[in-house]
Amino acid sequence: MAVGIDLHQMFGLHFMVNAYRAGTIVAVVAGAVGWFMVLRRQSFAGHTLAIVSFPGAAGAVWLGLSATVGYFAGSIAAAVVIALVPRSSSGRAHSQESAVIGTVQAFALACGVLFVSLYGGFLDTVTGLLFGTFLGISDGQVATLGVVAVVVLAALGALARPLFFATVDADVAAARRVPVRGLSVAFLLLLGCTAAEVSQITGALLVFALLVTPAAAAQQLTARPAVSFVVTIVLAVAITWLALGAAFFSVYPVGFYVSTFGFTLYLVAAGWRVLVERMQARPPRRCQSRSTAPSAPPSGAPRSGAPRSGAPRSGAPSGLTAGA
Amino acid sequence: MTAPLGLTAAAGLLTQLSHMFDHPFLRSAFIAGTCIALAAGLVGYVVVLRGQVFSGDALSHVAFTGALAALAFGVDLRLGLYGGCVAFAIVMAALGRRATADDTVVGSVFAWILGLGALFLSIFTTAQSGTGATGGNAGVNVLFGSILGLSTDQALVDGAVALAVAAAFTVIGRPLVFASLDEAVATARGVPVRLVGYAFFILLGVTVGVATQAVGALLLLGLLAAPAGASQRLSSRPFVALWLSAGVAVFSMWAGLTLAYLAPRMPPSFGILAVAAGVYLAAVAVPGVLAVVSRR
Repeated sequence: MAVGIDLHQMFGLHFMVNAYRAGTIVAVVAGAVGWFMVLRRQSFAGHTLAIVSFPGAAGAVWLGLSATVGYFAGSIAAAVVIALVPRSSSGRAHSQESAVIGTVQAFALACGVLFVSLYGGFLDTVTGLLFGTFLGISDGQVATLGVVAVVVLAALGALARPLFFATVDADVAAARRVPVRGLSVAFLLLLGCTAAEVSQITGALLVFALLVTPAAAAQQLTARPAVSFVVTIVLAVAITWLALGAAFFSVYPVGFYVSTFGFTLYLVAAGWRVLVERMQARPPRRCQSRSTAPSAPPSGAPRSGAPRSGAPRSGAPSGLTAGA
Repeated sequence: MTAPLGLTAAAGLLTQLSHMFDHPFLRSAFIAGTCIALAAGLVGYVVVLRGQVFSGDALSHVAFTGALAALAFGVDLRLGLYGGCVAFAIVMAALGRRATADDTVVGSVFAWILGLGALFLSIFTTAQSGTGATGGNAGVNVLFGSILGLSTDQALVDGAVALAVAAAFTVIGRPLVFASLDEAVATARGVPVRLVGYAFFILLGVTVGVATQAVGALLLLGLLAAPAGASQRLSSRPFVALWLSAGVAVFSMWAGLTLAYLAPRMPPSFGILAVAAGVYLAAVAVPGVLAVVSRR
């Protein structure tokens, strides 16, 4: 009963209601876009876009604009830059590319420090921007988040089929005249918008937690794309609700709870998958030990059908191709 | 009319610069900064050569969490900083090149480590708020560095640690570069590739630890990556590029500190990173422009 009364109290506060509204909107977008991001193996790009939202927000605060504008401006500008940089895959170019990413990230953060120092404001602003805050989300901010979320989700819905095709097999998609490069640019822009949205709840440094962990956990649980997509969104919303509640009843920052719950969920999902694989792997082995040569072919068939235990962690795309 | 005005400004600047080393905190900053930049430039070159900038990124997260964990539990900051960095450097070495940026497992782990850092920051801040000390400052200092706040003793210790890293690096430099360029051939020639790899990661861990105090956990990635990226553009000979990278890092440190001295509102970390990024940009742009010009 006491918990019920406490929850009643919590939702009696307008700022908590707003925090839950904003958190739900952000979680749905993060789950949907994060699922594609993990599938496309672009999580480092997502991390970079999120980090760039920090100087964006700090600059906006310094100039007297709202931080929301800064988050979006920073992330979208970075998405355009990353999309424009030509990609190459040779070894030497790869090492150069990582140097570019490292330099850009560090320089962006350094600009953020400069803006904060020029603003001369409170140190709480810095930790809020970096590690998230759920206090003082206004109705206007919730509306902005909602509008952007609807636009992002609509665009993702329109692109979903060709984007999935281009992600799973870029060469075949290109041969079928799917605009692979255009889709990749469009997806980066969506990722930029998403990173900016998530930054406002988890802080710029912990966006990764809400973008990656739900999708990674869901892809451990099921190989079927549609199911894991829905599971991702459900997990993202669950993590956010739990984290907001926990942050309300304790003194620790919401970003800590988001990353901890997300990571725990991922561990549970990975453990569950290992357990299921053990269960599936056992019967054929017993068959082999009981009867020798004659029953070998039928016992071999289910084993080759089951996912190999060596592949699971990096094998999400191959599992999804099999599902599709 | 403008010339005398420009001259007076230049003269004013010069007198200001000549008094720069009258300040003990700037002397400390230059001593520690030079050694740290030397170590970061050398180690950073191999980090970029191996394409392991992500490892540096991951270690910088650990540096933040380690330092704040030490503060939250009331032990010396450096204990958590070096302990955390070296321990995780060994883990990263054990993972080897499997630990890439787009691996969701590694990504989730490091997101969580950063989340833990936020927790320790919050514990430390609440514990300090009663005593009136500036708890929030510590978090910001760990994240963004406080090279101008180093005492003379601290600066000497940091400088000595960084110099030791640079010295150790010159010992293992040759087999390390060989192993990084072509692992298979190096193994065939009898280079202890795994051992050299572990030694390198431990040096990287110590470098991250010492550089965190100068430019901060979030920005040290730039000090590792930008000079190395620039020198790789300028020279294709590994050992020339290696020392060029150290030179660029030291130059960035000096120029950045001088800029921060001349413009007091500019955080020194920003100055250092801005110069390093500027050098990298020039290294990318200038050869391209020269090529276009010579083609005409």
